[in-house]
Amino acid sequence: MSEAASAGGLPARPGVRPGTATKYVFVDSPDLTAADLALRAYEIAPAAQIKETCFGLMINGLEADVERLVKALRALDPDRIFVKDRGFPPGDERRCRANLGGARPGFYGHENEMRLIRYISSGLRALRDPKKADLLRAKPKKHDEPLSPDRLRELIEES
Amino acid sequence: MAKVYIYPGTSLILSDLVARFGHQPLGSALAVRERVQTPGLDSPPLQITPEDPKKGLRYAAVEVPSGVRGRMSLFGPQIEEAEAGIIISDADLSFGCMGCARTNELVQFLLHRRDIPLLELDYPCNDEEGVRFVAAIKEFLSSLPGGVST
Repeated sequence: MSEAASAGGLPARPGVRPGTATKYVFVDSPDLTAADLALRAYEIAPAAQIKETCFGLMINGLEADVERLVKALRALDPDRIFVKDRGFPPGDERRCRANLGGARPGFYGHENEMRLIRYISSGLRALRDPKKADLLRAKPKKHDEPLSPDRLRELIEES
Repeated sequence: MAKVYIYPGTSLILSDLVARFGHQPLGSALAVRERVQTPGLDSPPLQITPEDPKKGLRYAAVEVPSGVRGRMSLFGPQIEEAEAGIIISDADLSFGCMGCARTNELVQFLLHRRDIPLLELDYPCNDEEGVRFVAAIKEFLSSLPGGVST
């Protein structure tokens, strides 16, 4: 345990102060790059820590500042900008790949979902198009339906 | 604003959509942040201490691997706190070791056992499925208290 932590003071690592938040901002837009987003973010909230990455931004700061910033950034391209919470602050040595080597933990999950994100963008655009929004809703799965006696009989006969 | 548990807890898509439609997503990042920001804990890499597997005993028996119990000390309180849940059934990205796999099963079981509104979906594979996916989530979230109906 670190000295500051054991003394009940502030945590030893920067950016982990209680009351702060870190968020990922992912952009998948032909009209907007991560660099554009970073520039705009610095204009809106100069006090927040902003890290430009290949996929977008990581933002760290007081929760209210981060929320305000995220709201303003989303407005730039609402259907193609996606935001998610992050536990560790940017550059934290326990998660930053500069210290660990290889891909950052969590990268593969983001990579997987970023392949599908264009379908989500289509869905968000369709919400404003009454014809498309009337498409059949995805049916929730029913796991709580009891097994019917007929189906049970079929299963026994099959086995 | 309702607290909506998302599975997988690290899902960017679910986290974004839940927040976009006016609710609070409960995911892994919030549980990890709470531990990262707690002064006095300094046990890398996840601020998990020997106390956490003991807390996990509330959700899994003692003979269950400590990895499951440690994970449940993060996810269990969130499941109890949740007012609704969204589950993606075919989330291959949550594949992992036995600890992860069993925790995933337990998380889904506990969500089903709680009497809260649940929405289960698969990831979209094309534009049309994307439209239905987003529409279903919007409809579900709009039906929760404090949901945005626009």
